Amino acid sequence: MKLLKLVPDDTNIRFLKLRFPFFIGSIILIAASWAMVAINGLNYGVDFAGGQEIRVTFTETAEAPLAELRSTVAGVESVGDPVVQRFGAPNEVSIRVKLPPEAEGNPEFANQMTTAIVSALEVGHPDIRIDGVDSVSGKVSGEFRQDALLALVAAMLAVALYIWVRFEWQFGAGALFALFHDVSLTLGMFALFQLEFSLQIIAAILAIIGYSLNDTIVVYDRIRENLKKFRKMPLPELLDLSVNETLARTVMTSLTLLVALLPLLLFGPASLFGMVAAITLGLFVGTYSSVYMAAPLLIWMGVTSNSFVPQETAADRQEKIARGEA
Amino acid sequence: MLEFPFWKRIWLWGITLVAVAAALPSIFSATNVAWPAQLPSPTVNLGLDLAGGSHLLLEANPQDVREQRLQNMEEAARQAMRNAEPRIRIGDVSTSNNRLSFLLNDATDVDRARGLIEPLIQGQNLTREWDLSVVDGQRMVLIPTQDGIDQALNDAMDSATEVVRRRIDELGTREPTIIRQGDARIVVQVPGLEDPEALKSLLGQTAELEFKLVDLNALPENVQAGIAPPGSEIYPYAAGSAREGSFEAVRRLGGIRGDSLTGAQAGVNPESNENVVNIQFDSQGGAKFAKLSTENVDKPFAIILDGAILSAPVFEGPILGGAAQISGSFTPDSANQLAISLRSGALPVPLAVVEERTVGPDLGADSIRRGMLAMLIGSLAVIALMVATYGRFGIYATIALGFNVMMLLGIMAGLNTTLTLPGIAGFVLTIGAAVDANVLINERIREERKRGRRVVAAVETGYKEASRAIYDANVTNFIAGVLLFLFGSGPIRGFAVVLVIGLFTSVFTAVTLTRMWVADWLRAKRPSDINL
Repeated sequence: MKLLKLVPDDTNIRFLKLRFPFFIGSIILIAASWAMVAINGLNYGVDFAGGQEIRVTFTETAEAPLAELRSTVAGVESVGDPVVQRFGAPNEVSIRVKLPPEAEGNPEFANQMTTAIVSALEVGHPDIRIDGVDSVSGKVSGEFRQDALLALVAAMLAVALYIWVRFEWQFGAGALFALFHDVSLTLGMFALFQLEFSLQIIAAILAIIGYSLNDTIVVYDRIRENLKKFRKMPLPELLDLSVNETLARTVMTSLTLLVALLPLLLFGPASLFGMVAAITLGLFVGTYSSVYMAAPLLIWMGVTSNSFVPQETAADRQEKIARGEA
Repeated sequence: MLEFPFWKRIWLWGITLVAVAAALPSIFSATNVAWPAQLPSPTVNLGLDLAGGSHLLLEANPQDVREQRLQNMEEAARQAMRNAEPRIRIGDVSTSNNRLSFLLNDATDVDRARGLIEPLIQGQNLTREWDLSVVDGQRMVLIPTQDGIDQALNDAMDSATEVVRRRIDELGTREPTIIRQGDARIVVQVPGLEDPEALKSLLGQTAELEFKLVDLNALPENVQAGIAPPGSEIYPYAAGSAREGSFEAVRRLGGIRGDSLTGAQAGVNPESNENVVNIQFDSQGGAKFAKLSTENVDKPFAIILDGAILSAPVFEGPILGGAAQISGSFTPDSANQLAISLRSGALPVPLAVVEERTVGPDLGADSIRRGMLAMLIGSLAVIALMVATYGRFGIYATIALGFNVMMLLGIMAGLNTTLTLPGIAGFVLTIGAAVDANVLINERIREERKRGRRVVAAVETGYKEASRAIYDANVTNFIAGVLLFLFGSGPIRGFAVVLVIGLFTSVFTAVTLTRMWVADWLRAKRPSDINL
């Protein structure tokens, strides 16, 4: 049987030739992302903004009366401007309401609003079924925001530290920068398209961090290996070689992940859509950043075979001793 | 590298089979095939977002505990001064600004008063619960210490958790989870709940019941303006009661608190056909109630629940025997709820619902169905891709993937963890990422072959060289997963759990198991070339 080869043998794409334009492009994208976050803001879901999301199915109507629902919900006292959207089938609706300012200092407020909205909905539509309710008070949503930020920053710093220990400080810094790029672009995308930003998205971003690092580590590992093997090779050339050597793996892994995620995106539960979409987006961003952010930074931070080798042999020896091979 | 001694083989297969066996009950229960009852049956718990049910986070306000303590101390201090021989006269009692202060009418009483207060402010365990100071020679100031408040809050939350548990048990739901969380919170998870609103109102009720006499001397216009005659205080009528929106002045003293109840049942008053709650007092409470009703025949008394008047009926005659009836515009449901709340005791501190997540059973089942479908299609696609690209090595990777999913499920069942909706996403991500190790290894073997190494050497080098990157990648993912678990909540934690367990199982199946199979094949067939 002839086996499939996604990447031809002996590819020699000069990725790093374009490192300056791509890197500058990336920096601009990062800046644009943060500008977008600053200007548009993130469209916080109930997890982070407080308020409620109520999912309703109309059991006897084929299509939910969105406009009417909007005015019904808006008519409930102290509900501002509700977001009423189809969610899945035409008879399924999600109603999202943010906490008004008067909820401040009253932890029960979100709960009372939920009760009021649910009973208002039930008045006109005896056939509705309440499928799900998420109601978060201002205090709890504030804690979620804080914890999420902390988790992201801690994760990035912790893994960068680990890579510093396992490789060299330049590698740690390079990986950290690549992660910063991935997280920034994901946030920018959410700000640009005003997609709902919830706890699940934080989970997705942490999954992206993990995946993007996989990529970066595979490339770095090969760079380290090649630095030892080809002491005389100029660094840009060596990086190109490393990226090309691992290209088959990168393409294959991205593809397997993609074919696993796509069915979830297409047929999976509607409430997972945002999370899976974010991970899918991160798949591309993460792969790109390991080549065009993580690798060129090594050149500019002055990695050479000489600066790297002494520490590496010591680490290698330890590794061998640990494996019982020395 | 490719040597697998006998004992190692036994271990590897042993671990694999135990984990797979642990997954079987979950798979059987998911497909509704009966699992033999005599076998142990650990199953993966389904999170509320899949099984349907309610997750509530209840929170107490520490300020409520603080105020309660001040009120209790005020009462205790008044009592002590009154009972002193000779009586110590005090005035200008105030409990504002989180402190209790009162003025001694006679400055020479200071030392006696101090002696009476000292025993009241000494807590258990030698902690000082109050700070006492004397200002301007005759004003005594008592400030609760943080230690004392913390202790009181802790005690209050412990008994609140107990009360919450009793109330939910009364609903007859199966396997609720009720856990104290942090200083002032309780997590309540009730699977498969029909009516979350009823649960919320049940838990939102402090259920502090009081009977107090209506002050007949109060002028109606003053009452509506909120001005009470001396010795009385103003209470509003409860929302939903017949006189909602109006107020009543009731006597401060001489009432009865409902903490001496022995029973409460919803019922119907045969004469008025009204929904009522029938209550029984213990002997002491019964005697007090008999005395109150005997002394006040034909006078109205207010039935006060959580600071609002339900109704203010008239004592039509002495009520003896310790049984009484609470009326107040109930529906059958609300009467039943009140009965449950009264039976399970009053909450020591009011609890607010600060987070609610409810999922209906239909939505949960739909999510599982869609998730499983996506997982199936995704797995098939990954398998097709792996086999088409790596042939025999792809088949090994695929079988390893199968074991990986089973082991992941088995370990989750064994550790009694919960599968949530994001957890399904975690499963899919694990499936997609688990083969990464095999991709790395196989690509490396290809490379080594291309460089001209012989089959066994190429395979050995492939596994050895790839394992470094696999190791580093998994450790960093592990770090991200642990942080996700620490900072995540509820369903997100479910995602982190799957991700982290999946890292371990995937390294085991994708690296160790496939290496054993490849080694077996190489030894048996001794191929001179491999199709890779």
